[in-house]
Amino acid sequence: MSTRLLLLLLLFLTPHARAEADKYGVLHEERSLYTRILVHQNKDLLCLKFTLVRSDSNQSCKDLAQPKRMVFSYAQMSMAALLFNPNPDRILIVGLGGGTLPMALRELTPDAVIDTVEIDPAVIRVATDYFGYRTDAQNLIFTEDARVFGKRAKIKGQRYDLIILDAFNGDYIPEHLMTVEYLQEMRDLLTPDGTLVANTFSSSNLYHHESNSYRQVFGDFINYRRQDTGNRVILIPQAQRNSDTRTPLSEELLLDRARALEADLRPYDVPIVRIAADVAIAAGAKPDWNLRKRPLSDQYSPANLLRKR
Amino acid sequence: MIPVIYLLAFSGGFVIMSLELLGGRILAPYFGSGIYVWGSIITIFMLSLSIGYLLGGRLSVHNPSSSRFAAIFAVAAVLLLPLTIYAQGIMEFIFLRVEDPRYGSLVTSIVLFGLPTVILGMISPYSVRLLVDNVAESGRVAGSLYFVSTLGSAIGTLMTSFYFVLWFEVNTIIILLIGCLALLAALAFTADRIFAK
Repeated sequence: MSTRLLLLLLLFLTPHARAEADKYGVLHEERSLYTRILVHQNKDLLCLKFTLVRSDSNQSCKDLAQPKRMVFSYAQMSMAALLFNPNPDRILIVGLGGGTLPMALRELTPDAVIDTVEIDPAVIRVATDYFGYRTDAQNLIFTEDARVFGKRAKIKGQRYDLIILDAFNGDYIPEHLMTVEYLQEMRDLLTPDGTLVANTFSSSNLYHHESNSYRQVFGDFINYRRQDTGNRVILIPQAQRNSDTRTPLSEELLLDRARALEADLRPYDVPIVRIAADVAIAAGAKPDWNLRKRPLSDQYSPANLLRKR
Repeated sequence: MIPVIYLLAFSGGFVIMSLELLGGRILAPYFGSGIYVWGSIITIFMLSLSIGYLLGGRLSVHNPSSSRFAAIFAVAAVLLLPLTIYAQGIMEFIFLRVEDPRYGSLVTSIVLFGLPTVILGMISPYSVRLLVDNVAESGRVAGSLYFVSTLGSAIGTLMTSFYFVLWFEVNTIIILLIGCLALLAALAFTADRIFAK
């Protein structure tokens, strides 16, 4: 009897048993220079968090049973960019997170060069160690502040066909990455027909200020919101042009392109046809925010104080 | 006269910390808001203050007067003016020449904040000189003065980060600080005339 108990105890203490127990909990925790980083696992869902307090603080999640699946709506919604240009040559992603977007775009647009900017070396390490993020000759990471990167890239004459703004800290988007000057710098980095995509939230008072900042720089844009999520994705095809000189996108054209992408996007669980239909509706919608709220600028950017007002 | 000097010391502390906090905002568009930017700003403020303490102490030895004290505030106000006009151009210039944002932000902090902070640093030791009448009470006076000026710093930090940035643009806040310094200079100068009679 006691031998059996001992065996049971031994079994319990083996590394395998501990790994099983760890499947529900924190796999990694560290305090970086910028935030607190947590890797949390719940069954097959592996998530990157930047703070413990709020439950909605997941930055990125990976489904271990279906590693390609895009768990978050915003990531799926961002793929709408491919409807405007299915084959971008050069892509800039601001904010790495778990690396979901660069890794998916690396596979979906194999000829594209992807530059990702991430300020926090610890995030890059965690994305690599836990979320399978990999760089290669066409898929590079720059450990820099996005403002610094943007200004230098402009001086070097670099241009991108697609820019995705996805920089978050534990709180929200860093304040100097929400101003009209920053958005103008990003606009200057686009090719004439390039697309800008921005992942933001619609759940606070900042929504109005942020929307007006984009409006000041880009004119009209597609304000893609969905009922099931607080995420709001801003989509601006041909973002360098004035909004009245952009080529109108018909619903048929978007749906045609979506059907062509459907098979490629299926492993990522991106319902691109539904997204195309949503985008067609959003493209014709009037602004649903208060147009009188002040845009954010380098001179006036109390962004995260405005959230609660 | 004594309450006026304490008020001036309080305001000096207020302005220094308000300015330091705004420094982060001013530098962010060119150098980011990473820890190294704050490192640069704090280093330069500390260094400038230390030099200011030394110079303020030296200055207080010869013919100390409230008028000279007023001049410190006036000079600080004037030296802060370029910050509202040339900051952008100066940062552009440095950004193009210094690749590493750590050294870029350090050089920028020296150019933008170095001199005005040296002058602001002169306030505390000069105040001590104006307030101390005899050796026996010098420690108590210095203690009260540090209390008042550091309290000013704390309130300047709080007001700027909690409210001013919400109410005003960065340049507006700097102009308010300049106005405040100029007003205090006038106050000290006038007080000197009145009490001298």
